Amino acid sequence: MIRNKITSGLMSADAMLMAADGVSGAAPSHKNDELDAGLFTLAQFDAVAAERSGYSDYSYWKSTLRGFLKNRLAMFFLIALCSLLLFTFLQPLLPGQKLPTKIYIDPDTGMQFRNVNPGKEFWFGTNTIGQDLWARIWSGTRTSLLIGLIVGIVEMFVGIAFGALWGYIRKLDGIITEIYNVLDNIPTTIVLMLLSYILRPGFKTMIIAMCATGWLGLARFVRNQIVIIRDREYNLASRCLGTPSRRIIVKNLLPYLVSVIMLQTALSIPGTIGWEVFLTYIGLGLPVSIPSLGNLVNEGRLLMMSPELRYQLIFPTVVLSIITISFYVLGNAFSDASDPRNHV
Amino acid sequence: MLRYSIRRLLQSIVTLFIVVSAVFLLMRLLPIEGYFGERNEKLSDSQREAILQKMGLLDPWYIQLGNFYRNLAKGDLGTSSIYRKDVPVLEVIAPRVPYSVRFGLTALCLALAVGLSLGVSMARHKGRLVDKIGTAYVVLVNAVPLAVYLLFIQLYGTSLLKLPILFDKYSPSSWILPAISMSLGGIAGYAMWMRRYMVDELNKDYIKLAMAKGLPRSTIMARHVMRNAYVPMAQYLPASILMTISGSIYIESLYSIPGMGGLLVDVIQRQDNPMVQALVLIFSSIGIIGLFLGDLLMAIFDPRIKLAKSEASR
Repeated sequence: MIRNKITSGLMSADAMLMAADGVSGAAPSHKNDELDAGLFTLAQFDAVAAERSGYSDYSYWKSTLRGFLKNRLAMFFLIALCSLLLFTFLQPLLPGQKLPTKIYIDPDTGMQFRNVNPGKEFWFGTNTIGQDLWARIWSGTRTSLLIGLIVGIVEMFVGIAFGALWGYIRKLDGIITEIYNVLDNIPTTIVLMLLSYILRPGFKTMIIAMCATGWLGLARFVRNQIVIIRDREYNLASRCLGTPSRRIIVKNLLPYLVSVIMLQTALSIPGTIGWEVFLTYIGLGLPVSIPSLGNLVNEGRLLMMSPELRYQLIFPTVVLSIITISFYVLGNAFSDASDPRNHV
Repeated sequence: MLRYSIRRLLQSIVTLFIVVSAVFLLMRLLPIEGYFGERNEKLSDSQREAILQKMGLLDPWYIQLGNFYRNLAKGDLGTSSIYRKDVPVLEVIAPRVPYSVRFGLTALCLALAVGLSLGVSMARHKGRLVDKIGTAYVVLVNAVPLAVYLLFIQLYGTSLLKLPILFDKYSPSSWILPAISMSLGGIAGYAMWMRRYMVDELNKDYIKLAMAKGLPRSTIMARHVMRNAYVPMAQYLPASILMTISGSIYIESLYSIPGMGGLLVDVIQRQDNPMVQALVLIFSSIGIIGLFLGDLLMAIFDPRIKLAKSEASR
C-alpha cells in the first residue's frame, strides 16, 4: 500500500512536469501568476507505467541468444551437429542396421566380405576382415563422443574447483601457482603418452590421462577471472555481511564465468577426439575390439597407399572432421555472442 | 634484469628437478617386461630377480632416485633394453638430435615468417577474400585433429607435388613437406594472434596521430605497431615450441625421419623402458628451457617486467 502511494506520488510529479511544459508555453499570457486549474488533469494510477524505470530491458542471456542466432554459420553447424548427434544415437534402432563388430561372411563362397567397396549391401563398404564400416563409424562416433563428454565434464568440475580455490583463497595462490608452473612446463603430448604407457592402454586409461592434462587450462582461466572480480564492491559488501566464502564463490563469482566455462568445455570435446586419434596412432589407444574414431582412422591409415581402399580412411575422417569443426565453430560463436562487448 | 633472469633460472631448475624426479618415479610403476625384451619368455623367476637386482630395480625408490641422479651427473642415462640392446641410450639418441633440431627450427622460423605476414595481410584486407581464406585456414587447422590433416597432407601433398612420401636424408625435396607440416599449427596461431593485434592496434589514438602527421605506412608499422608487438610475440614463442614438439613426434614418425620424436613412438610401441624414460626427460627439458627462454626474451623486450609481475600475470 505504501508503495502504491509512493508511485502514485511519483506519477503526479510526472504529470505536473508535463503540465509545467504546457505552462511555460502559455506563460506570457498569464502575468498575474494565477494558476488556471484547467491546465491540470489528475493522473490516473497506471501500474505498468509506475514500474517503468530508466533502464533498458537488457538481459544478458537474451542478448547472447540473439547474437548467437544471428550468426548464420553457427546456426548451420548447430543444425548439422544436432542432426549428426541425433542420428548417431538413433542409428542402432533403425531397421536394417548391421552390427559394428560382427564379421560378415559371403554365403556363396563361405569367405568373409573383405574390403567390399561401398555399395547397396554395405553402405560404406567393409574393412579388411569383413566388418561393416557404416555400423563401425557410428559406433565409433558414440565411443569417441562418450570419451569426449566424460573428459569434458570431469575437466569442467576439476578446473572450476581448482581455479576457484586458486583465485579466491590468497594463501593457496603461491602454492598452486608453483604447481601450475611445473605442470604447464611439460608438453601435454608427453604427459598423455607417459600416462597411457604406464597405465596400460584402455578406455579408463585414456579418460584418466586426458583428464589429468585438460583441467589445467580451464583452472587458469577461472583463476584469472576470479582474481579480476573477487574484489569488486558487491563482493566486498557480501564479505562484510558475513557471507561464507563458498556462497560467494558459487553465487557471486561463478555465474560470471558460465560463458567461459561453456566455451572451454565445448572446445575440449574436439580436442579429446584429436588426442584419441593421436594416441591410437602411437599404439596407446583403445583396444582394436572397441570401434572408435581413432581406431577407425588408424585402420584406414594402414591401407591408404592403395587408392581403391582409401574409402576406409576417408569416411571416418569426414565424420570426425564434421564433429570437431562443428564443436569448434559453435564454441567460438557462442563465446563471441556471450561477450558483453558485442551486445547491443 | 639480471636479478630477474637469475631468479627465473632458479625457478626453471627447480621445475626441471621436480619433473625429472616425477618422471623417474612414475617410470618405476611400469611393467617390468620392458627391461627384459625377447628374453622374457626364457627366463626363470630367479633369473629375473637377479637381473633386476643387478640393475638396482629392487632397491627402495629413494636409493634408485639417488643412483639415477648420480648417473645423470656422469651423463649416463642407462642402456637400451630392446630397441638396440645394451647400447647406451645417449648413443642411440645422439645421431638423431640434429634432425629434430633442424626440423624444429625450420618449422619455427617458417611459422613466424609466414604466420606473421599472413596475419598482417589479413588485418589489412579485413573482411575481404584474403581474410576469409585465412580465417577458414585457421579454423581448419585448429578444429581438425593434427593426426588427421597431416595424414592427408602426406597422402595427397606428396602425389600432387610429386614429392617423395618418406624422408630420405640425401634428397633435399623430401625435407619440404615435413617442415611445412610441422609449421602449419604455428602459422595458424601467429596469424590469428597478429590479425587480432593489428586490428586492435591500428584503431588506437597514437597510430591515428602518426597517420595524421603524414608518416609513411611502413614507418608506422616498423616503429610503432611492430615494436609493441614484440612483447606478446615473445610470450607466444614458448607455446609454439611446445606445439612444435607435439607435432614433431607425429610428423617424424609419419615420414620416418630419423629424429627423436619418431624414436619415441618406436620405443613406446616396443616397450623399451629406459629409452622411453630418457626421451620423455629430454622432451620435458626442452619444454622447460623453451618457456625459460620465452620469459627471458620478454624481459629483454619489455623493461617493465619483473618477476613479481610475471607471477601475477600467470
